[in-house]
Amino acid sequence: MKHCLVVDDSSVIRKVARCILEDMSFRTSEAENGQEALNKCLGEMPDAILLDWNMPVMDGIDFLLALRKESNGETPKVIFCTTENDAEHITRAISAGANEYIMKPFDKDIIEAKFQEVGLI
Amino acid sequence: MTPVDFNYLRDMLKQRSGLVLAEEKQYLLESRLMPVAREQNMESLSELVAALQKPDGESLRKTVTQAMTINESFFYRDKTPFENFRNIMIPAMLATPRAASRTLRIWCAAASTGQEPYSLAIEIKEMAAQLGNWNIEIVATDLSEEVLEKAKAGLYSQFEVQRGLPIQLMVKYFQQTGSLWQIDSSIRSMVSYKHFNLLDDYARLGTFDIIFCRNVLIYFDPPTKTDMLARMAQRLRPDGYLVLGAAETVIGISEEFKPVTDARGLYAMQVAAAAAAAPVRATPSASARPAPSVSGLGTTPAKPATPAAAGLGAVTATPAAPAVSGVGTPTVSGITKLA
Repeated sequence: MKHCLVVDDSSVIRKVARCILEDMSFRTSEAENGQEALNKCLGEMPDAILLDWNMPVMDGIDFLLALRKESNGETPKVIFCTTENDAEHITRAISAGANEYIMKPFDKDIIEAKFQEVGLI
Repeated sequence: MTPVDFNYLRDMLKQRSGLVLAEEKQYLLESRLMPVAREQNMESLSELVAALQKPDGESLRKTVTQAMTINESFFYRDKTPFENFRNIMIPAMLATPRAASRTLRIWCAAASTGQEPYSLAIEIKEMAAQLGNWNIEIVATDLSEEVLEKAKAGLYSQFEVQRGLPIQLMVKYFQQTGSLWQIDSSIRSMVSYKHFNLLDDYARLGTFDIIFCRNVLIYFDPPTKTDMLARMAQRLRPDGYLVLGAAETVIGISEEFKPVTDARGLYAMQVAAAAAAAPVRATPSASARPAPSVSGLGTTPAKPATPAAAGLGAVTATPAAPAVSGVGTPTVSGITKLA
């Protein structure tokens, strides 16, 4: 069973995302900011990360840059999931190593499509 | 809805579009047509049916037909047809004499709001190394003028661009305009949209190398399917390809086409299938779409179609799921199909 870490400062979003992902047969865990997520990744690297952008302590883009230094490669697959929905943010995310990008609001179809796109399902 | 009302609508839709509406699809009539009735300040479908039967009800009959043939679509729907396009169809075209003329005509027979033809146009752009100097025309037809207008504008909601379209292609080929995303004019210009009813004579569309007609046949009765496929065969070059939906087949309904081995939904003409043992396929290294860069980018005479009456339309009952995240409002990405 693949493992997805959900990183978002909103407990509602984390809960909804976990429900969808568990429906997709993922094991899930969660973190409420980039620093907490980084600590969790250093303990156990997940297969996928669903990542918010704007969070306290450490935001999504700083987390991603730090993660890519640590993981040194294409894994885990990182899918941004954020209200930042302009081309500039999207381009920046891809340059930092994001594999896909979801603009909130999202639904199960979109998450499935994006996870399929990066080969997670 | 009374049985009489249902029968009237079923018969009218069959006659005008070929759509076959089973009795258990009555809910679909109600969900699609109540908004039409309300727009006309009517309170029930019975009132709508009464208006449809009036001699001056042609405009309303057209509106109702279009409402019932609206279908859902999204970019790169089902993936496989586009992989087959990239890995089988285009390599085969490149290996034929048409490589000398460098022309290619593609028909999207149920173009809906444009996601399918634009997905093909993007694929062609992404294959610029092989197809950059080809003259490629994508003819996209649909019965609904309303959806064709949307298709021509190339404007899509955030939901629509996220369903099936890889993010790299989105930022490469779309511009944000307010809350919508518009596909580049360079892609829009590759597609010519035509209002077309599949009941009409296909000959005026010309001859094609590839026909995409996905998720349309499933809504028709066997004689209509047979007639439709026979008329499409007349419009397809002998070494051309027909692309159907995953749930559709030609087996038992058409003698003209033969499934391409190991390529779901892809069909070749029988004559060409007999002449060539196996289609040309791209080498594994060429088969995957290369990751696009993040920075920007960049008719022949034909036999007349059978005069008869096979109407053609498609409809689906699948509504778009509402958004579940706490931000923004739910969006419905309804789309048309049919011609």
